[in-house]
Amino acid sequence: MVNTTAAQPKTDTVFRAENCDIYYGPYKAVRDVSMDVYRNQITAFIGPSGCGKSTLLRCFNRLNDLIESFHLEGRITYHGQNLYDADIDPVEVRRRIGMVFQRPNPFPKTIYDNIAYGPRVNGFKGKKEEMDEIVETSLKRAVLWDEVKDKLNESGFSLSGGQQQRLCIARAVAVEPEVVLMDEPCSALDPISTLKIEELMMELREKYTIIIVTHNMQQATRVADKTAFFNAEPTESGGKVGYLVEYDDTKTIFGSPKEEATRDYVSGRFG
Amino acid sequence: MSSFSGTPADALDVKGLRKDASRPRDLFNIIMTIISGLCIAITLVPLVLVLAFVLLQGFSRVNLSLLTELPPPPGLEGGGIANAIIGTVMVVAIATMISVPFGVMAAVYLSEFSEGSQLARWVRFFTNVLSGVPSIISGVFIYALLVRTGATGYSAVAGGVALAVLMLPTIIRTTDEALQIIPKEIRWASIGVGSSRYQTVLQIVLPAAVPSILTGVTLAIARAAGETAPLIFTALFSPFWPSGLFNPIASLSVLVYNFAIVPFQPQQELAWAGSLILVLLVLLTSVTARLATRQKTF
Repeated sequence: MVNTTAAQPKTDTVFRAENCDIYYGPYKAVRDVSMDVYRNQITAFIGPSGCGKSTLLRCFNRLNDLIESFHLEGRITYHGQNLYDADIDPVEVRRRIGMVFQRPNPFPKTIYDNIAYGPRVNGFKGKKEEMDEIVETSLKRAVLWDEVKDKLNESGFSLSGGQQQRLCIARAVAVEPEVVLMDEPCSALDPISTLKIEELMMELREKYTIIIVTHNMQQATRVADKTAFFNAEPTESGGKVGYLVEYDDTKTIFGSPKEEATRDYVSGRFG
Repeated sequence: MSSFSGTPADALDVKGLRKDASRPRDLFNIIMTIISGLCIAITLVPLVLVLAFVLLQGFSRVNLSLLTELPPPPGLEGGGIANAIIGTVMVVAIATMISVPFGVMAAVYLSEFSEGSQLARWVRFFTNVLSGVPSIISGVFIYALLVRTGATGYSAVAGGVALAVLMLPTIIRTTDEALQIIPKEIRWASIGVGSSRYQTVLQIVLPAAVPSILTGVTLAIARAAGETAPLIFTALFSPFWPSGLFNPIASLSVLVYNFAIVPFQPQQELAWAGSLILVLLVLLTSVTARLATRQKTF
């Protein structure tokens, strides 16, 4: 891939959020988040419902652009490049920063086409064999290949929930992103499928940078290198606004957090 | 403590568990079930009668010449309604070719790109208004627009455009609804792998909605095929074989209208036969539409 903007050096800080306020219309959903996300690490966002974890996550690949009333104040940089500069193409951003959603959402297409769709829309012009290889590699990376290699032409819906979610992960990695954002990827799955996805994430960490939103604190301790704890506080106008309470190594967050709110949350005293 | 019987406290009384049709609410239940059953039966009566009556009156006249020959001159026996069958198919085909692309594209705009804009709200509102417009108004409108001005004169095209006006709201509405059923997550997934919105709509959303869109289109076609009023002064009528798109053309519905009111027995029989063929055509399209919806994606 040719980088059309001036060649950016790949840094170890993949994302840097600086004083980010996120609004839906006049309503402020998240206030004043500043944090760095590092390369080849798994960063977990934890916190009670409605504290803006998913909202913030979707800012990293500009998926929030699809919500009309959304706007962001502050800066989010990706290897030093502000993602919200006027000349940034959000479509290109989303190819480099892939996403896996809360509920498995395969396309109503065959398993093969689910994977091939991403490369195709991004202008893949290779031979059929090369596409076959992309599909195989992607499915192998998502540890799904052995289960589906004999039924690539069946609908993606024919798979179980856990398999569908791994198909979605395979779909995300098929376009060779650098980052994979995961929005509660296991919340709709049973414990065994969850475990498989977690193992998969540990493997994917070798190649990708991962940010995961999760409600499952055990999951965060199992997979995450860094953990960010978000909380929500009531505003004067009667709404809620989310903010970043504490961001540190996972061990510190769960072992010796600095903030009392974090300690209460990770020990299960609220939330 | 409780003031009504049959609470768990009295549950040991097994009699309380038995069915008892004399209790007021059970009685009410039975009566209401009977009433709604009767209503269904009454609603079905006209439908069954119409079908039976048309079948009885028209069936005796159904033979090969009906489907292959021209209508006879007034008062003479024999002949068929082949030109009207072909005419109906042609006019409806023209209407479909006009209304489907415009209708589907308009619905794609409404559902995918309008983002709740004021314009979209007005378009939706006027689509609903248009679907309530009496069909003869559409005929008058096209008469003034295409026939009187000499743009097409009385012709198959004028008839097709008049029917297209009637089909548009149905197609826009059903397509709009079909697209909105497609979950947002699927669109997000597509956008999330780096496809543009146009690619998402064309390659993910529209294909998933095709069965429902087809249903809407077929229902619109079925309705248009049976319309008479918009054709009377646009397509007019012709006792001859269709001769090009810009000449008056026969159609089944207008044939029924014309022949049913003449005082000649053979013509009246042809009108009945025409009704039968028309009903069968419409029935066939409706059934096809229902079959198409069976395979739903979401």
